[in-house]
Amino acid sequence: MRSLKDILSHLLDIPDERTTPERYHIVRRNIAILMLIITLVPLALMTVINYFEYQTALRNEILAPMRTLVNKAKYSFELFLAGRLSTVNFIASAYTYEELADEKNLNRIFRVLKKEFEGFVDLGLIDSRGTQVSYAGPYDLHGKNYVGQGWFEQVKVNGHYTSDVFLGYRRFPHVAIAVQHITDDGREWIVRATINTAKFDDLISSMNLDPESDAFLINQQGVFQTKSKFYGEVLDQSPLVLPKSFDPTVIEKKDPLGRDVFLAYSYFNRTDFIFVLIKPRSEVMKAWYTLRADLLVVFLIGLVAIIVVVLRLTDIMMKRMKESDDKRLLAMREMEHSHKLSSIGRLAAGVAHEVNNPLAIINEKAGLIKDLIEFATNFPDKEKFLNLVGAIIQSVERCRTITHRLLGFARRMDVEIQILDINDVIRETLGFLEKEALYKGVTINLNLDETLPRVPSDRGQLQQVFLNLLNNALAAMDKGGAVSISSFTRDDKMLGVTVEDTGQGMSEETLKHIFEPFFTTKKAGQGTGLGLSITYGIIKRLGGDIEVQSRLGEGTRFTVYIPKETPEQAGL
Amino acid sequence: MNGWKVLLVDDEKDFALTLAERLGMRRIQVSTAFSGEEALNLLETYQPDVMVLDLMMPGMSGSAVLGRVKNLYPNLPIILLTGLSSTAEGVSGISQGAFDFLIKPLQIEELIEKIGLAVKRRSSVEADRGK
Repeated sequence: MRSLKDILSHLLDIPDERTTPERYHIVRRNIAILMLIITLVPLALMTVINYFEYQTALRNEILAPMRTLVNKAKYSFELFLAGRLSTVNFIASAYTYEELADEKNLNRIFRVLKKEFEGFVDLGLIDSRGTQVSYAGPYDLHGKNYVGQGWFEQVKVNGHYTSDVFLGYRRFPHVAIAVQHITDDGREWIVRATINTAKFDDLISSMNLDPESDAFLINQQGVFQTKSKFYGEVLDQSPLVLPKSFDPTVIEKKDPLGRDVFLAYSYFNRTDFIFVLIKPRSEVMKAWYTLRADLLVVFLIGLVAIIVVVLRLTDIMMKRMKESDDKRLLAMREMEHSHKLSSIGRLAAGVAHEVNNPLAIINEKAGLIKDLIEFATNFPDKEKFLNLVGAIIQSVERCRTITHRLLGFARRMDVEIQILDINDVIRETLGFLEKEALYKGVTINLNLDETLPRVPSDRGQLQQVFLNLLNNALAAMDKGGAVSISSFTRDDKMLGVTVEDTGQGMSEETLKHIFEPFFTTKKAGQGTGLGLSITYGIIKRLGGDIEVQSRLGEGTRFTVYIPKETPEQAGL
Repeated sequence: MNGWKVLLVDDEKDFALTLAERLGMRRIQVSTAFSGEEALNLLETYQPDVMVLDLMMPGMSGSAVLGRVKNLYPNLPIILLTGLSSTAEGVSGISQGAFDFLIKPLQIEELIEKIGLAVKRRSSVEADRGK
């Protein structure tokens, strides 16, 4: 596996321009990846940290109120039960056994009790042997004996007892409270009261829970002591098993309905009740989900913005880089070309010069031979020899033309600037070639812009340029076809002239070399390969430019640009 | 062209001698010199009508010879011979007082024509002086 260092150094390694043509893709990709890493990693990190920070903070903020609520509710329940217990305790202590045993008396106490304290259903006195002595309430319990019943034994031990909820009178849930009283002289009796649990429901409804939440009491065996909105009726067995805790505790679990819920509960201190508060997670975490969505949206917007900006930036950067590379390359190529031209020019000048002297001697010797033959009175085969010598002299003439061209190419011919009408120059030049065009069946189309301004330039040299281009255009067409010549104004600085033919065109490879000296596609002896090179040199010297477009089989278009102002370097 | 006297100065002996012979065949008297110094020496005793002078010579260059000759013999017309690479020097030679210049290889008819013009010019100048 590659180490991070390797990957980084790979990303930072920007390939050299010579190594691959896909360099720009690689550079662009690497820069984009690097920029994305250094921007997105911190962003992602911050998002994740924020996510967990907020989650923890919000959780605490949400769960603390649940604990408080449970605590409060439990306290209310305990207070209620404690209040009822102390009331019963008061009755057991404030009245004598005889007073309580008197049923009339007991009924009166019960009436007051019901009036003052809501929820009492009955009231009775039980002696120490467990026998119901007197009773005020809806049942007929006289003489009933409770010995052996759990609650009775518990009262005997603890002095008081609060029962679980049971379904009593008219099938309403009730709680029984019993208190033992022992007088100073050792007499003991038990007062037992039943209260209905409607008050429990009041307490729960006073909590103002939202519709999705639920609160109820269960006992330690998990039996519902109050009705649950979702999970069962009073005295149903609940499926909840809650570890013992007297402090409000919140746990997360799935409820029997399959919802994710927060469950807060607390065991009661005095009785075996457990208060349970259930809120669905979705409800509780609503704020968190909103925040989380916001966080995600911010992250995504940031992500998209960064990616867009990074890609745009790298795009622009690459474009600039490519442009400047291209410019540099072009400048280098031009320099290379002009170097080539000048060194070849020097070589050509040297060759022309060296060849010239022997050529002059050949010329004179042949001339002398010719003279001798001509001046002789009876020279055998006179005609034949004269022909031979004539051929030599003609060949010398041809050599002279070649060296002349070579030198014309090599020498920085003096530029003679005059104010010219380019259209006139074109027409004049065309004059030399009209016969040839006619002979070849080539149509010549002239599209000259007659509003063209007159410009300072060199007539002779421009003629040579147009002559070369027109010659080439004619040479490119075997039979028929058309040559179009147009002149136009390119911009504030340049005029343009295009020479376009419908000839055979050139391949890409040929186009690359077209301005190089001695490059020719003509058969040996038909062209020097200097024409376009000379043209190029002249145009450059005149401060202009030349372009070529060509397609094999379709034709070629040369465009020459001529400056409107006197070229600074003219004549150099 | 009868009786014209020409001094031909060229370091290329073969060229000079052949050309001299050809001119001789056309009844032009030619003396040859193969260097500038030799030409100047010769001029002390030999008075040509026209001097034909190659510009490209080792040692004393053609234009130096031109300068000296123009000084010493201001009336002697000089036709310069140049290579193709030195037409500019030919032009500047004219500004130094040369009669004309020709580019090698020559066409003999052209040379003779120029010599003729130079002779005519010389005689007209001398006629003017004579008045």
